[in-house]
Amino acid sequence: MREVTYLRPKDMQDAVRLYRTTPGCRALAGGTDLMVMLHARTLRPAPRALLDLWSLPELKGIVNRPTKLFIGAAEPYTGIIRSPDARRAVPALVAAARTIGAAQIQNRGTLGGNLANASPAGDTLPVLLAYDALVITDRRAIPIDRFFTGYRKTALESDELITGVELPLDRQVAFRKVGTRAAQAISKVVIAVCREPARIAIGSVAEVPLRASRAEAALARGDITGAVAAVAEDIRPIDDVRSTAAYRRAVTQNVLAELLGGDR
Amino acid sequence: MTVQFTLNGRRVSFEGSGARRLLDVLREDLGQTGTKEGCGEGECGACSVLIDGEVVDSCLVAVGQVDGAQVVTVEGLQSPLQQAFVEHGAAQCGICTPGMLLAAHVLLQKTTRPTADDVREALAGNLCRCTGYTKIIDAVLSCAR
Repeated sequence: MREVTYLRPKDMQDAVRLYRTTPGCRALAGGTDLMVMLHARTLRPAPRALLDLWSLPELKGIVNRPTKLFIGAAEPYTGIIRSPDARRAVPALVAAARTIGAAQIQNRGTLGGNLANASPAGDTLPVLLAYDALVITDRRAIPIDRFFTGYRKTALESDELITGVELPLDRQVAFRKVGTRAAQAISKVVIAVCREPARIAIGSVAEVPLRASRAEAALARGDITGAVAAVAEDIRPIDDVRSTAAYRRAVTQNVLAELLGGDR
Repeated sequence: MTVQFTLNGRRVSFEGSGARRLLDVLREDLGQTGTKEGCGEGECGACSVLIDGEVVDSCLVAVGQVDGAQVVTVEGLQSPLQQAFVEHGAAQCGICTPGMLLAAHVLLQKTTRPTADDVREALAGNLCRCTGYTKIIDAVLSCAR
């Protein structure tokens, strides 16, 4: 096997240049997904180089701006959990970060990695959808509802790097994850809900983390019963190693009813 | 590339691909076999080490990422935890023990009087298939000031 080259850029400008000019280059942050796949040789195409973004100061930190919160793409979940600004402005994101793995994973996993991997089970992704996050890259801002384009596919160009996420400061979002146990479990269903504006975002129930548009329309009319009924039409769950489609559909409706304070 | 870092208080140098797993470099190149490989997927915590004081799974770290960092493995851990594990029968097959010790050490550094729930949460990323955890939790609590 050809040895994989490790590249450590000097700064963001250097990272963008290396990423554009190095064939077969994959961006690496905390490695919680990428290093597993690299070692198991399940990455297709097989990468020829890793571009290490972990230590770039431009991608670290949480910055409180007048109307929004910026979280660096390579800021680990532990940093989000400990941040007073994040706890105040985006408590649902902090709650989601606390459910991701255990300390070892929270110390390395990042929002940039969760977004770039675009797993339908990514725990922060429904929360970012419910907040209408902006995904900031080296060249533009992508509204999150246009970010996930297919199973593990994103709107990123082949040479585009995520630098961070922007979140609004004044939105009330509720979050719930259902897994096999409280810690260290991959989600069976993960839901984030906002009442005003109406946002219902769900993970592990389709090939992408999705907004439940029919249920949102009902919620916008104040029809909670209708939202709980409609969500079954919005999702496309499958049977897999972690759960069944029927279970996911039932638990999605039950959890949504609970989060909205309605009946089933 | 050359990667230089501090391992258990001593400067070490590694020559090779920075994309190799820290776990493999510790065990194969630097002869520090206290760090174990369990799942290789970030689930079991057997390969836990400390990087700049934070517990991480060394199977998920590219060795280039520790250039300039302080790495501590079980060989470098100075703590009453090891003796407490012996006295409480908290180790059976021993594969999880190095990772358990390091994760517990971080908890005791950060929390003066942890509860049993605090210990369970701190060790949630470290799986043990022998002990049933009770004796491990007892051993950690016995070291709390």
